[in-house]
Amino acid sequence: MAVASRPIDGRPAGGPGESAGGPRLLGPGLRVLQRHLWVYRRTWRGSIFSSFLNPVLFMIAMGFGVGSLIGPGSGGAAGAVIPAGLTYLAFIAPGLMAGAAMQTATFESSFPISARILWRRNYEAMLATPLRAWDVLVGEFGWIGFRLLTTTSAFLIVMTLFGVPRGPTALLAIPAAMLTGFAFSPFLIFVASRITGDPGSVFSTIFRFVIMPFYLFSGIFFPIERLPQALQLLAWATPLYNGVALTRDLTLALAEPLTSMAHVGVLLLYAGIGLALARRGLTARLVT
Amino acid sequence: MTSVPSQPHVPSDADELDNVDAYADARAHAAADGARLGRGSEVERAADALTLPPRTPRATSAESRQGADLPTDGGDGALIHARALTKRFGDFTAVDGIDFDVAPGEAFGFLGPNGAGKTSTMRMIGCVSPKTEGTLRVLGMDPDHDGARIRAKLGVVPQTDNLDTELSVRENLLIYARYFEVPRADAARRATELLEFVQLTDRAESQVEPLSGGMKRRLTIARELIADPTLVLLDEPTTGLDPQARHLLWERLYQLKRQGSTLVLTTHYMDEAEQLCDRLVVMDNAHIVAEGSPRRLIEEHVSREVLELRFDEGVDGNAAVATVDFGSLVERTEQRPDRVLLYTADGEAAVERLHSAGVRPESSLIRRATLEDVFLRLTGRTLVD
Repeated sequence: MAVASRPIDGRPAGGPGESAGGPRLLGPGLRVLQRHLWVYRRTWRGSIFSSFLNPVLFMIAMGFGVGSLIGPGSGGAAGAVIPAGLTYLAFIAPGLMAGAAMQTATFESSFPISARILWRRNYEAMLATPLRAWDVLVGEFGWIGFRLLTTTSAFLIVMTLFGVPRGPTALLAIPAAMLTGFAFSPFLIFVASRITGDPGSVFSTIFRFVIMPFYLFSGIFFPIERLPQALQLLAWATPLYNGVALTRDLTLALAEPLTSMAHVGVLLLYAGIGLALARRGLTARLVT
Repeated sequence: MTSVPSQPHVPSDADELDNVDAYADARAHAAADGARLGRGSEVERAADALTLPPRTPRATSAESRQGADLPTDGGDGALIHARALTKRFGDFTAVDGIDFDVAPGEAFGFLGPNGAGKTSTMRMIGCVSPKTEGTLRVLGMDPDHDGARIRAKLGVVPQTDNLDTELSVRENLLIYARYFEVPRADAARRATELLEFVQLTDRAESQVEPLSGGMKRRLTIARELIADPTLVLLDEPTTGLDPQARHLLWERLYQLKRQGSTLVLTTHYMDEAEQLCDRLVVMDNAHIVAEGSPRRLIEEHVSREVLELRFDEGVDGNAAVATVDFGSLVERTEQRPDRVLLYTADGEAAVERLHSAGVRPESSLIRRATLEDVFLRLTGRTLVD
């Protein structure tokens, strides 16, 4: 049987025990990523296809369909829907990209993680080897990063075909959207690590009452300035608003360093808090 | 009741097995085994299979390097050393201050009913469950600090299969080799050899799901051997398998044992414990209640033979037996719901006494005393309810 993967390194097992430090911080987790990539070898065709189909459909329906009703932004005037000089398509496309990153990350961090804890018992099998709970987490984030990379790259390619990007900073929209995904992913993994009953009801509640409102009210489809003041403040604090704004500014060459850094800071804060929670949750779940 | 006869020692070191004569010798024993066991075609095929593949050069060198500090402290070279080992989950005490040592090359068993604390003990040894109190050293190291290093030298066969159902049979072995950081070339060769060892070569490219329960167990065992473990932990290895699959599995485990692997297993089957264990502890209710070789446990706690009597419905068997004067012939009687057990050194003589006293049971059976009897004696309960 041909093994498509290359060895990452040939180090024998060993090193520090349960502490995740030094050179063992990321290395062992790559084995978990490798496992997911082996499975992906069988399923990548369908996944690549939908990575492209999704943005194309959204951009046609929302950008051209809804956009034809709205017209380009006239700027300044009261009641203007979108900023000056932008078509509706150009306005929503980068937001959709950040939103897609959120959806990819939350999905990959929900049911598949629960399945590996509860039914497939992959983690139990992994923890009987030198791998630690931390390594499992590193591997999962590696895999989610890979999924985010393919999803957001496909999105940027489609946006380019539609003539949306306005400068080379658009390439940075990929890491910006990926970071948006990572601001959500660890929280979902934390939730997954706590579920002992039916994950279906827990996750569908989260998707319905958290993820969907984020998607609708974080400035993807309309500027949050259109929201009442209180909701605007709320939106500023959400990871998705910051991700959408950052991705949009980079794609459309509107980025200002300080604003962008603030967005990145908020996203990193969420990712960091989530990571700490996910690590605690998964370790408590797997090492009992 | 078949017991495993003692075997001449089979060389187990890599160097010795590399030697053609020793290898042929091991095969000859395997063949002899199969002929003697003679339990149907699958087992006969087992006799033909290769013995366990010799250790990989990587593992050998890694062992000599890492293994130098292996069983240094904690109990006279014991691979596992436990004193007052305790595991609590909240108010519930799963393991209550148990002491045991496992020596290199030994097949060591935890025998006990469900809920006795066997699995909790195995999880502590496997470094996935921190102890609450007491001392535990595995391979001379402390699971609290060196968990990953210890696990690198363990093969763990869990109670419930956790094979990777999204990968093929062979990929299951190869990805496990990656987790253990076995070099790719060694992993590929060893996977092929191990599939041969557990007789799954023809299923190598199959998915896991369609495999039978026995095949999945064998694949799990092959998976645990991929990194050439110093210590193999098996948690109820044959629970849920049909008799033929069990015997085939025992035969493979017996091969492992003969080649020098150290096995630690839990079971609630007394026949499994008798077949596989050099030494065992009987666990009940979070405690160890007895320890020794299967033979010694039987000698110490029960008589050599057991006379099982069943009586017709409506007949008070206990009362009938109580009228007979056995003298010193019967050491003890045990009343079970459906039968009366007489523990005796001489079953034939006890039957004669019964008959001459005019007691006519519906059936009488003389059998060797087993670990089940030991457990009954020690706890007043049976192993499998």
